[in-house]
Amino acid sequence: MENHFETGIEALRQKLLLMASHAETAVNQSIQALTQRDHDLALRVKADDDVIDQFEVEIDELAIQLLTKAPLATNLRLVTAAMKISQDLERIGDEAAKIAKRARDLSQEPPVKLQLELPDMASRALTMLKAALDAFVNRDSAAARAIIPQDQEVDMLNKRIHAALAKHMTENPDTISRCLHWMVAAKSLERIADHATNIAEDVVFLCEAEDIRHAGIKLKTGG
Amino acid sequence: MAEISIPKLAPQERAAAPGAAGAPLIRIEDVSLYYGANRALKNISLNLGERVVTAFIGPSGCGKSTLLRCLNRMNDLIDNVRIEGAIKIGGHEINAPDVDAIELRKRVGMVFQKSNPFPKSIYENVAYGLRLHGVKDRSELEVRIEESLRGAALWDEVKDRLHSSALGLSGGQQQRLCIARAIAIRPEIILMDEPASALDPLATARIEELILELKKDFTIVIVTHNMQQAARISDYTAFFYIGELVEYDTTAKIFTNPSKRQTEDYVTGRFG
Amino acid sequence: MNTVTPPEYLPDRTHDTTRFTRHFRAEKFDFWSFFFSGLTGLATLFILAILATILLNIIVNGWSAISWHFVSTIPKKDFFDANTTGVLPMIVGTAFRVIVMTIFVIPVGVITAIYLTEYAASTSMITRIIRAAVNNLAGVPSIVFGLFGLGFFINFIGKNMDRLLHHADAVWGQPALIWASLTLAVMTLPVVIVATEESLKAIPPGLREASLALGATKLETILKIILPQALPGIMTGGILAVSRAAGEVAPILFTGVAYYMASLPGHLSDQFMDLGYHVFVLSTQSPNIEQTRPILYATVLTLLLLTFALNIVAILIRARVRKQLRALG
Repeated sequence: MENHFETGIEALRQKLLLMASHAETAVNQSIQALTQRDHDLALRVKADDDVIDQFEVEIDELAIQLLTKAPLATNLRLVTAAMKISQDLERIGDEAAKIAKRARDLSQEPPVKLQLELPDMASRALTMLKAALDAFVNRDSAAARAIIPQDQEVDMLNKRIHAALAKHMTENPDTISRCLHWMVAAKSLERIADHATNIAEDVVFLCEAEDIRHAGIKLKTGG
Repeated sequence: MAEISIPKLAPQERAAAPGAAGAPLIRIEDVSLYYGANRALKNISLNLGERVVTAFIGPSGCGKSTLLRCLNRMNDLIDNVRIEGAIKIGGHEINAPDVDAIELRKRVGMVFQKSNPFPKSIYENVAYGLRLHGVKDRSELEVRIEESLRGAALWDEVKDRLHSSALGLSGGQQQRLCIARAIAIRPEIILMDEPASALDPLATARIEELILELKKDFTIVIVTHNMQQAARISDYTAFFYIGELVEYDTTAKIFTNPSKRQTEDYVTGRFG
Repeated sequence: MNTVTPPEYLPDRTHDTTRFTRHFRAEKFDFWSFFFSGLTGLATLFILAILATILLNIIVNGWSAISWHFVSTIPKKDFFDANTTGVLPMIVGTAFRVIVMTIFVIPVGVITAIYLTEYAASTSMITRIIRAAVNNLAGVPSIVFGLFGLGFFINFIGKNMDRLLHHADAVWGQPALIWASLTLAVMTLPVVIVATEESLKAIPPGLREASLALGATKLETILKIILPQALPGIMTGGILAVSRAAGEVAPILFTGVAYYMASLPGHLSDQFMDLGYHVFVLSTQSPNIEQTRPILYATVLTLLLLTFALNIVAILIRARVRKQLRALG
């Protein structure tokens, strides 16, 4: 006989995965719009953010309904983790929308002549996000733990990009508004990497029931 | 099966209780029980802590009630029962030939699934146990009866009709009366066999609140098939399956992250 | 929000009214149900009719001979004169033997029933033997009890008592009130045992468990909880035993009843007269049946009234006990 509660739990998982793929796509597309100066793509990403926001509302509603049925053990951890991951995904969506907004503005103006490490930072952030979501799908706690130290690199990249932009701005005052857009975009990428790290921590809690937040970097090999 | 000794206490409890709440009071050592040729309990070993609530959970027929009834030797009443292994309460083996079951039951009380007040007045119900154990003086009886009824959160509801029939009380009140009757003789341990399973949700909630109060003064072992109830009121939980102890740990661990697959499956409702 | 109509996903049944047009009447008349309830009613009426016939017959025929004089006189040896005869000694004899029987049968029966229900292992050989014995005892013809009473109580116990007590003449080794009562007690034992057992079994096991869990011994539980609860059932057993024993003649034939006693029985070793036996005497020894018939019917009526009175007293006491149990402890 069908287990109606299990069906609800599975529906929650599926919704979360759907939201994750939307968020991942948004980040991908916003970076693409930024680097390729694609005005229309930028507008689409901004519009699609509403979809991601709606997902968060639906997931929270479904999670609360499931909580009234008093889930235990793995189910309990899944429901609480789903609520937190959906929040992180929603913020990722917001950051992607911010990047898209800056991409839209930058595409209207001539490009800045400056080599930035931004593509590298973007690809790292994307890799972290994808890895966190894969770890959730595969319930792979070790993979999730491996993501966490990568955040440091991204933070360093962000600092270097900001420094380079600041230097360029002081030397070329006419590029200030464009450089500021780039700074904000880089900051958003750094935030996306932070959220990906949060998701990884939530996945570890889901799989191992261990709360590794705010505990510094842990490189544990196996349970 | 290796002995599962008392699990490590949660951090805040470790600080609070030097040898008091949580210290092992009941030691069950490699206990097996046979109904004739049928083995109902298989090599059970666990220690139950003092002044905490321990829950026994598991599907029907897993032996949890049988083990509970070993603790006050109520299984003596059934023909053809044989027990192997040791059960020690406060260090004393309770199945030793020189142990008087009557004395044991003075210190280990029991509340049953179906409330069973005597067809007497409320007063006489609570007085029954007191009189059995030597309390004859009228004024002392009244003091003890009031103390017990207060302890069972029933005093305010019955204080004006102590001499009316106990059978006129509602189901939840009757069960609290049975609890009052049990605590009147001041046992150290109270065994509860699914005490709320025949009650409506409101009455159940009151019994659960009562248990949380009682654990300040009594060691409580409760058998329940309601996992949410076990999660709500117990400090430690033992999961049984077909006569064996599968897992025994703090309630938080059992219900958020059990170690054994079987426990996980039972707790999430995948079987049983 | 419209809360009356069902949400859309339920099938719309509101237009399917054909199922309700017949106002829930049955499709056809159920003959067999009617026939059987009628049959049970008829059977009851039939039994009541028989009972009424018997009672009316006795009352109509015997009422004329009953008087205060009749029930309060010790008759002379001639029972057959309607004007001088009386049945006082028979009333006293019947009443005494029933009461003494009750004093013996209730404790023995109750204790046996308690043993069988509370103490004996239900599958042991001894239990099975005892139960078989009780069941078979119920089927023994009453005349056999009379012979048993003669052979065992009188010739064995009575005679030996006389020997031990150095009685020159037979005091106990002859028919006496006590031996008749004991014989009746043996005869009605199964009734009391079964009635007590049934009332013990009707007590929920939870009560016993509760008492034992509080640290009571089995004996304390039985005395304080079980027996008080079982009291109405035990009394029912007593009532049934009294009803049966009051009318029995065969068991007392050899064990204590006398054709004629000049005075009322005053001692357990006395013989006594009996209403049932007197009916037998009147119908077989009478020189003039026409003259004796009213006396006969009156004696029977007296016996019925006596049994009735004894039962009423017992039922009233039982009702009071039941009321007390229900009210409080």
